[in-house]
Amino acid sequence: MNVNQHTPMASPYGQPQPGYGQPSYAPQDGGYPGPYSPYNGPASAHQPGVPPQGYSPFTSFPSKAVAANPVSDLSSPLDLGPTRLPPTSAPPPASAPQPYNQYTHSQGDMQNGPPPMTQAPPRPAAAQPYTQGHVNMSGSLPSYPQHYGPPPSMQQVTNQMTGMQITPGPPTSAGPGYVPPHSSQPPLSTAYSAAAQPSYTQAPPPASSAPTQPPPASGPAASQQYYGGPPPSSQQPFNSSLPPTSQQQFTSSVPPPPSQQSFPPSSFSGPAPPPTRPQGPPMSQSQPQMPFPSQPPFSAPPPVSQPGFAGGPPPPVQGSFPPQPTQPSSQPGSFPPPGPPPTSATSGQYTTSMAQQPPPPTQPSPYHSGPPPPRVQMPPTSMGQSNHMPPGPPGPLQQPPAQPGMQTGFPPQQNGAFGQVRGPQPGYAGPYPGQPNYGAQAPAPAPSAQKRLDPDAIPSPIQVIEDDKAKSTEPFTTGVRGQAPPLVTTNFQVKDQGNASPRFIRCTAYNMPCTSDMAKQSQVPLAAVIKPLATLPPDETPPYMVDHGEAGPIRCNRCKAYMCPYMQFIEGGRRFQCGFCSCVTEVPPQYFQHLDHTGKRVDCYDRPELSLGTYEFLATVDYCKNNKLPQPPAFIFLIDVSYNAVKSGLVSLICNELKTLLDLLPRENPEMDSVVRVGFVTYNKVLHFYNVKPTLAQPQMLVVSDVSDMFVPLLDGFLVNVNESRQVIESLLDQIPEMFADTRETETVFGPVIQAGLEALKAADCAGKLFVFHTSLPIAEAPGKLKNREDKKLIGTDKEKTLFQPQVGFYKDLAKDCVAQGCCVDLFLFPNQYVDLATLGVVPVSTGGSIYKYTYFQAQADQERFLNDLRRDVQKQVGFDAVMRVRTSTGIRATDFFGSFYMNNTTDVELAGLDCDKAITVEFKHDDKLSEETGALMQCAVLYTSCSGRRRLRIHNMAVNCCSQLADLYRNCETDTIINYFAKYAFRGVANNPTKAVRDTLVNQCAQILACYRKNCASPSSAGQLILPECMKLLPVYLNCVLKSDVLMPGADVSLDDRAYLKQLISCMDVTETHVFFYPRLLPVMKLESGSLPVAVRDSEERLSKGGVYLLETGLHLFLWVGASVQQELLLNIFGTPSFSQIDPNLTSLPVLDNPFSQRLREIIDSFRAQRSRYMKLMVVKQEDRSELIFKHFLVEDKSASGGASYVDFLCHMHKEIRQLLS
Amino acid sequence: MSTYQEFIQQNEDRDGVRFSWNLWPSSRLEATRLVVPVSCLFTPLKEMPNLPPVQYEPVLCSRANCKAVLNPLCQVDFRAKIWACNFCFQRNPFPPSYAGISEVNQPAELMPQFSTIEYIVQRGPSAPLIFLYVVDTCLEEEDLQALKESLQMSLSLLPPNALVGLITFGRMVQVHELTCEGIAKSYVFRGTKDLSSKQIQEMLGLAKPAAPGQQGRPVAPQDAAASCRFLQPVHRVDMNLTDLLGELQRDPWPVPQGKRPLRSTGVALSVAVGLLEGAFPNTGARVMLFIGGPPTQGPGMVVGDELKTPIRSWHDIQKDNARHLKKATKYYEALANRSAVNGHSIDIYACALDQTGLLEMKCLSNLTGGHIVMGDSFNTSLFKQTFQRVFSKDYNGDFRMAFGGVLEVKTTRELKVSGAIGPCVSLHSKGSSVSENEMGIGGTTQWKLCGLDPSTTLGVYFEVVNQHNAPVPQGGRGAVQFVTQYQHSNTQRRIRVTTIARNWADVQSQIQHIESSFDQEAAAVLMARLGVFRAESEEGPDVLRWLDRQLIRLCQKFGQFNKDDPTSFRLSESLSLYPQFMFHLRRSPFLQVFNNSPDESSYYRHHFVRQDLTQSLIMIQPILYSYSFHGPPEPVLLDSSSILPDRILLMDTFFQLVIYHGETIAQWRKAGYQEMAEYENFKQLLQAPLDDAQEILQTRFPMPRYIDTEHGGSQARFLLSKVNPSQTHNNLYAWGQETGAPILTDDVSLQVFMDHLKKLAVSSST
Repeated sequence: MNVNQHTPMASPYGQPQPGYGQPSYAPQDGGYPGPYSPYNGPASAHQPGVPPQGYSPFTSFPSKAVAANPVSDLSSPLDLGPTRLPPTSAPPPASAPQPYNQYTHSQGDMQNGPPPMTQAPPRPAAAQPYTQGHVNMSGSLPSYPQHYGPPPSMQQVTNQMTGMQITPGPPTSAGPGYVPPHSSQPPLSTAYSAAAQPSYTQAPPPASSAPTQPPPASGPAASQQYYGGPPPSSQQPFNSSLPPTSQQQFTSSVPPPPSQQSFPPSSFSGPAPPPTRPQGPPMSQSQPQMPFPSQPPFSAPPPVSQPGFAGGPPPPVQGSFPPQPTQPSSQPGSFPPPGPPPTSATSGQYTTSMAQQPPPPTQPSPYHSGPPPPRVQMPPTSMGQSNHMPPGPPGPLQQPPAQPGMQTGFPPQQNGAFGQVRGPQPGYAGPYPGQPNYGAQAPAPAPSAQKRLDPDAIPSPIQVIEDDKAKSTEPFTTGVRGQAPPLVTTNFQVKDQGNASPRFIRCTAYNMPCTSDMAKQSQVPLAAVIKPLATLPPDETPPYMVDHGEAGPIRCNRCKAYMCPYMQFIEGGRRFQCGFCSCVTEVPPQYFQHLDHTGKRVDCYDRPELSLGTYEFLATVDYCKNNKLPQPPAFIFLIDVSYNAVKSGLVSLICNELKTLLDLLPRENPEMDSVVRVGFVTYNKVLHFYNVKPTLAQPQMLVVSDVSDMFVPLLDGFLVNVNESRQVIESLLDQIPEMFADTRETETVFGPVIQAGLEALKAADCAGKLFVFHTSLPIAEAPGKLKNREDKKLIGTDKEKTLFQPQVGFYKDLAKDCVAQGCCVDLFLFPNQYVDLATLGVVPVSTGGSIYKYTYFQAQADQERFLNDLRRDVQKQVGFDAVMRVRTSTGIRATDFFGSFYMNNTTDVELAGLDCDKAITVEFKHDDKLSEETGALMQCAVLYTSCSGRRRLRIHNMAVNCCSQLADLYRNCETDTIINYFAKYAFRGVANNPTKAVRDTLVNQCAQILACYRKNCASPSSAGQLILPECMKLLPVYLNCVLKSDVLMPGADVSLDDRAYLKQLISCMDVTETHVFFYPRLLPVMKLESGSLPVAVRDSEERLSKGGVYLLETGLHLFLWVGASVQQELLLNIFGTPSFSQIDPNLTSLPVLDNPFSQRLREIIDSFRAQRSRYMKLMVVKQEDRSELIFKHFLVEDKSASGGASYVDFLCHMHKEIRQLLS
Repeated sequence: MSTYQEFIQQNEDRDGVRFSWNLWPSSRLEATRLVVPVSCLFTPLKEMPNLPPVQYEPVLCSRANCKAVLNPLCQVDFRAKIWACNFCFQRNPFPPSYAGISEVNQPAELMPQFSTIEYIVQRGPSAPLIFLYVVDTCLEEEDLQALKESLQMSLSLLPPNALVGLITFGRMVQVHELTCEGIAKSYVFRGTKDLSSKQIQEMLGLAKPAAPGQQGRPVAPQDAAASCRFLQPVHRVDMNLTDLLGELQRDPWPVPQGKRPLRSTGVALSVAVGLLEGAFPNTGARVMLFIGGPPTQGPGMVVGDELKTPIRSWHDIQKDNARHLKKATKYYEALANRSAVNGHSIDIYACALDQTGLLEMKCLSNLTGGHIVMGDSFNTSLFKQTFQRVFSKDYNGDFRMAFGGVLEVKTTRELKVSGAIGPCVSLHSKGSSVSENEMGIGGTTQWKLCGLDPSTTLGVYFEVVNQHNAPVPQGGRGAVQFVTQYQHSNTQRRIRVTTIARNWADVQSQIQHIESSFDQEAAAVLMARLGVFRAESEEGPDVLRWLDRQLIRLCQKFGQFNKDDPTSFRLSESLSLYPQFMFHLRRSPFLQVFNNSPDESSYYRHHFVRQDLTQSLIMIQPILYSYSFHGPPEPVLLDSSSILPDRILLMDTFFQLVIYHGETIAQWRKAGYQEMAEYENFKQLLQAPLDDAQEILQTRFPMPRYIDTEHGGSQARFLLSKVNPSQTHNNLYAWGQETGAPILTDDVSLQVFMDHLKKLAVSSST
């Protein structure tokens, strides 16, 4: 996929690809250099240079490159359009085109309208092969030959159809299904059968598409082609609007793959990725056929599938488009809104499901009839209802049919689209209930009118995730501007080719609007989630270290941006022009290098700062505080020894653990001893410092009771090197628990504790980290004393926000001092009651620290989690005294920052400590126009002190495209990142606004985003249709999860502390974490295979089978849900007990049993834990057990106990909002 | 009792009292005309080997505002078993225990030889002695090591049941807990913050005895000592404390170039005082402060930590240029008063080459009866032996120290108390015998002496209030009773009562008697004390003028002369030395600050106002002995003419012991004659002053600075600055013969001084 993507990217620039492929192309590049040189140049150059020198990553590609090159050549002449065009033309050529297709597909996915064109062509090729497979297709072809040609049509179709009408482009794909609708009922049937799946799955459409494309001139044509063929009129409309979206979707969707497979394999090595996918689809196809009617659909599929699709979205869509008033349109409307569209996205995949859906065919009629009503109903009734409504009328009809046909066996879970994917899998056969759902959607309206939309019909996160996984088999190279990376749920390898890895930076939009008007219109937040010190997987190279000598890193004279690939060298290399501010700066003599004929420096590939997206500079003394090289940092452990802490076993636990932990202090070179010094303090109402100087026979305790004016009683001997003082330290750690074993002191202080650590660091003149282990509300007389202010009555009132504000101003000032000293505070809380985390957390949050909370801590039950967290927290790589600055190219500006840090001014993000788990979300606003040519550049520079006391500068560069068309924006955004931004934005808001206002704002902005899309990008269709952009089709479901979170909508059992805790936790999460936090991963673990994880299911109770066992993880929690009627064998394998009732609900770890299943399950659990920054305690939840309530809280697609809407309800609500906006 | 000399000596031996006048002028007017007030030097705890304490309590006069103690001067009616108070004339019955009293069976207190008697009070719990070491850790390694050793050594000198505590300070103040095993625990206070006593006690966990100790340890209510973890019996924590002292580190905070170490003496003392205040009020305790430099931060700071700012000098003080002086002084005064109220005394052991802020801190010791010891380093025998001598024992094996003394002075009605000068504070006990005319610490008849030793001597000043027209009957006697209650070092409470009486004399008719009853030594010391007391608050020249005027008036009163004829001036034997004392007093460091640092002045004055008469006289006029081949050692004049080449001089100024080898002797010594057998006598000559010096060194507290020098040696300045400059560079040849060493000074010599005095005394214009 990646490759494909790249190519597409390349294609725009034309040359890059060549570059990648082979040096030989370089010349060509030379030709192009002018235009691209600044940007592409490097990239292309890179590769050429790279392979030889060492940025190796791409070496493997050459072969492909060659192939690609030719293509590119072709394309190049044409420019963007051309490139694609050629492909189109190419398709016919077969092999050549095919490769292209592949690329195009991927590209298409990635990008824009044009791709569709290309895609279309390629697909055709692919399609053809498929078509073959799909006999049906051929059959259908006749009518739509060309369209089908677009087999990609599947995709396209979906795009067109669904995308346009229903959901995102993809939905359009569902559209294919719709296509039929276009054709009117009769056509529908035909369409379904023919166009529908056959076309989809099968390349056939592609073939047809090829033909079609030509005719339709416009990209959209392709999609339309499928349907268009049949219903020209409708198609046309589609074409215009749909093409772009649809294509993308399509590309993403299955179709392309298949086509690719067929072709790609032949020509390209690259094909590999596509193949897999293709396989998927094919598989599904074949399988479905085999087992079920679904298969028939294939053969018959055309009809079936189409119906299916049609049933859902397609029909409606088409109907809507052409003649909304008409029944078809109405149908579409009804369907689309519900699931279909979403499914459509999947559409490509759906095809199969679609096929199954065939039943819809029958529905068609209903649809027609239905449509109108639905709409009518829609408005009046709630979203859901509206959806239902439309379907309603038809629904009944449809449903029945659908169910019969579809249900035959497919589980509802598998959405149409998913269904396919899964369909292929064994289980599917029956399950397809999903289809029924579809039917339901369409039909549902009617029959279940009162009921809901069929959950299977609405966009499924699982499907999207799985699609993306399937798509991302190639390493992701960052060299191409504006290219969205794979989803966070996908495992992929990254090759740095000039932009920062998505592990460091993820953007909400990879195509930024050129103007602020556009940005405002779309309401899509422009933000980047930056995780500057992210840990890279072992197979990726850590950032290179660059040393520019005593003068320090070379920077732009004006904006001070650091040397990076965006700097263009001019005047033979004597000066360089800043890519950010365009200022021209002299190149220092020692840095001078000649340029080659392309304008690139000859040493470009020798220097990471000229060729990579991420690297580090060695900072000189000018970059240090007080112009003094920093001291190695220190870790200070501050342990609460009040009654509660001692009694719960905490104190002895910590002391014991510290003995081993001290060997694990972070170090840069694993072979060296850590240079981090340590110090120890215990406290209750007073503080006890310990002198552990190596020369002492026994540690000495220094009690400071003057907490009102904290100070450090000693310097020498407090912070020590572990190895030198080991004996004394161990003796101390042995004695601490004894010394306080009989304590009766229950009061604690908190402010002075941090002050103490801070003062110690000040005295030692170093940065460092405090580990504070604290148990209770600090009520002892001291600065920062707090009172219990938890008042449930305030929840839901305007005063609720005050509970999120710190109780006293003391901690804010303290935090400021901490930051100034580089004192990072990590807080481990063990509360038995309210501790006012909102206030206690101020310092950790402002200093880049972490908060860990273990409510009702008991050593026995919670030690594993705590100790693992502690271990990780101590060990992890961390930088101190950090300052982060985000520079951007003229036109945009970083305006807002979210995360754990402190800001003294509006630009510098100050972090006393910055560890590898902390992410900062940065929001950008326009302050001028951006140009499509140069795109938008950003450079994030983080100056920090490493754990060995070296001053470093880490630079992340990121370039994104700029667009003048809204459609481009919608096509290249990342919902997960947007959600990350939304969550942080909203959670911060609760401290200043009533929670309800925050929720409303979120819903409103989201509605505006979608409405804008609907208004400006989607093809005109009935207002009753819910059309979601392909990239954002999950926005509603995720947003709902945010809205239902404990912070924004607390249940009765959620304490204020819990909410404050989550609030701060989320504020520094990266996209991966927010994703799984808001949409937990739910894995069925009845059948486990080594090497791969089972496919997740959606977070809904309906998806749980009584006979199943499921694993759910949120990044914070881990549940093992056991159904009431699980087979004995399974129970034996997991728990070693044959009886459900004998399972101990208090288990926190699974028994170690010697059977492959148990081993694998525990492996999976371990691997989950390893992925997260915090240790997840395992909770075993038995169905019907009391603890199931907690578990259900995480089934986020369902209605929540606290009143949160179910996914379906929310989607309807969203739809209503959008419609209101549109009207 | 043949002469007054003998009488005086006898009185001193028996009662520890030296009066300026041993006949008292019978009226106020006449008394003032005598210039030198009726006053006395009183040594409350004077060692009296032949005075065994009695094991019962004194019998008191029953009049509420009298409460005088039964004494030999009382009239007793043995038959009626009644005695009459000689102060208020109240008639009191004897208590039942005196039932067997008769003329032949008298209790000790009625016998004349027991004019001083000591009672042992049996009531009340006996409190252990308390020693709290407050140790500066901002010392050079060598110094600290020496100090640690001294402290460890001192543990063995303490009575085993004494409570001991340790506070160390540098930049921070640490109060060490002595009971803990394993981890050594201490409470730390920031050195820059002034804390109230209550805060300190709270922070030390002493505030709430109600709440059982933090450690949940049961607290025996009567065992107050156990409740305080910071003060523990020596026998129990001996080892712990020795280890603790052994592990004492120098203050670990880095001292940047050009800075003084940060030394929180003020807070350390505040903590020490606060700790004792909370734990052991009204119990004898001794805070021993060891400092190696001036307080440089926090309350009580004397100088900033910038080395470029030197510590205040007299010059700065006169120019009102000593920034911290007033504040610091006020701070330490407040501390001293608090400490005095609770009966705790504070010693200061200051060892440094530069000043350590004694000027500001002197009141700590002055008001609480503590010692001040000043040396150059803790690693000197001066400090080591002095410190050791603090714990010296008397013939009974008891420590020569007493605590929590209260001195009350009762007088017959013709006499009132003007005040006292010495290491004491007023207890503000108003009564009928309080004079309105204050001298020294007045306005009271009771003073507190928190720390006492056998040599502690107060100057007590009286005023004769009898009106001129109400003459005292011939043969009438005035009486004074000193009642001293104190805590003996063996933890007993004791009361010592001294009752003395003197005859009244009519000045008009008995001026000769009065003159011959004049104790010029005592008078000199008493006047000097007044002068020194004034010098603390007045400008030096004013005090000198005042002294001069007093001297001239005295000479006018008692001198025999023809008006305006200086040559005719004569003084009787009983006054003959007085002018000379005054001459040396004027030159003494007690009144002259030139060439002395403020710290030195404070140090000298401190000792001057607490030593007994003999020592005080030595301080005023040092003693000079001469050793030569011409005869046995002899005292010689403190005069430059005594400095001869063939003599060895031994000068004792109390603070210094100087052995000066004359020019010839020095040359001989350098030539090594003493090593030759044939010059054995020379060797002996050299040895003689050393032996004598040793004798003095052995007994004196504080140990004097020992100086061995020779003609032309730089240290010879100590001698040259003391001797009367009879020969200077100005008159060297005027005297014709070269018999001494000329002194390079512009100071007037005794001769010139006397000439002036005579001139002024005989002048009719004054």
